[in-house]
Amino acid sequence: METLEPILAEHPFFARLEDRHLKLLVGCAANVRFDAGQYIFRGGEEANQFYLIRHGRVAVEIYAAERGSITILTLGEGEILGWSWLLPPYHWQFDARAVELTRAIALDGVCLRKKCEEDHDLGYELLKRFAHIIEDRLEATILQLLNVYEPHR
Amino acid sequence: MNPIAESPITAGVNSPMLPHPHRVKRVRRETDDTFTLELEPLNGAANPASSPGQFNMLYVFGVGEVPVSISGDPTQAGLLVHTTRAVGTVTKAMVKLKRGDVLGVRGPFGSHWPVEESAGSDVVIVAGGIGLAPLRPVLFSVLANREAYGKVVLLYGTRTPADILFRRDLEAWRARFDLDVFVTVDRAMGGWRGNVGVVTTLIHRAPFDPLNSVAMVCGPEVMMRFTVKELNKRGIDFDSIHVSMERNMKCAIGFCGHCQYGPTFICKDGPVFRYDRIKPYFEGREI
Repeated sequence: METLEPILAEHPFFARLEDRHLKLLVGCAANVRFDAGQYIFRGGEEANQFYLIRHGRVAVEIYAAERGSITILTLGEGEILGWSWLLPPYHWQFDARAVELTRAIALDGVCLRKKCEEDHDLGYELLKRFAHIIEDRLEATILQLLNVYEPHR
Repeated sequence: MNPIAESPITAGVNSPMLPHPHRVKRVRRETDDTFTLELEPLNGAANPASSPGQFNMLYVFGVGEVPVSISGDPTQAGLLVHTTRAVGTVTKAMVKLKRGDVLGVRGPFGSHWPVEESAGSDVVIVAGGIGLAPLRPVLFSVLANREAYGKVVLLYGTRTPADILFRRDLEAWRARFDLDVFVTVDRAMGGWRGNVGVVTTLIHRAPFDPLNSVAMVCGPEVMMRFTVKELNKRGIDFDSIHVSMERNMKCAIGFCGHCQYGPTFICKDGPVFRYDRIKPYFEGREI
């Protein structure tokens, strides 16, 4: 039977990951799809997955009572969605909505957390990779907050 | 020999300090605070040829003079096109000009983007906000000679959907099969279906060969700093990255020193610099 292993192996997020670790991850992976407008998760819900986006676009949003949903960033093909599964209390902080038909690979966070506890080398590898993503997103957020296009008056 | 006596400043009507009168043909509002001026020389005189990335000094008589990037199509002679933001005294007076009004033009001045030198390479254009204006002539030039280049990518970031410059151009460019256009905004409310996030987040998505690419970057300095870092992280060497710098330019010919930047003058040696040549100053503070 064809597995998701070749797809995971090709993804930059898993580049140079040891084969044994890749095989462990495949056991936690599943193909998923979301229609345009469909919520992938909502803030406050339990965070038990993360996603490798294969196709489409996802908006990460925050809801403000006075302003409605505000898009913080959009993610597309090849990007990773979600890291709340890594950190207690394992709840999503934001909403994620498919802007268009989106196909992804969902990795089961509960399954992954268990495997990471059993194999700390795998846990460390994953944490290093997520740390890079968190750093990039933090840097982008700082640039957004700087409002660099606002003219100096 | 008296160097002053021999300098271009004293060369009469050909003096680079002498503004040439131009008539406003059209003022077009691009966004809430940016506008494009189309100018024709008075009395049918010809405009001097310019290269993408160069600028002119535009003089609103009785108000003052400011440097403004040339944003028009260099392949279309006769019409001088400038796009700027109404933010200071002169540009606020400029946006009020009407068809038929006259202003002074000196130039073109400065260095240019390496358009011809990029032939055979992928071209990666990264623009932030009003920084798209001096890069627009690059797109016109490259597209006029499209077969000479590899992949051509435009990455454009701005504040909000309402701040997107040259919408019609972007739509036309996006419709082409030989150009990849990515647009993102920092902030968006409902109704915007495009990308949200800073322009640097587009760099890893863009299709280009980093080992055979020339990047041209223009925007606020902070945006350029992070863009250069991301381009380099993607694999483009610093000597293949070009940035357009901005400082307080007055004379535009390297005499007054207002725009000194390390050992260079932005008006004369820039505004377009190969990044590796200014890296120490770019990464320094208070320069």
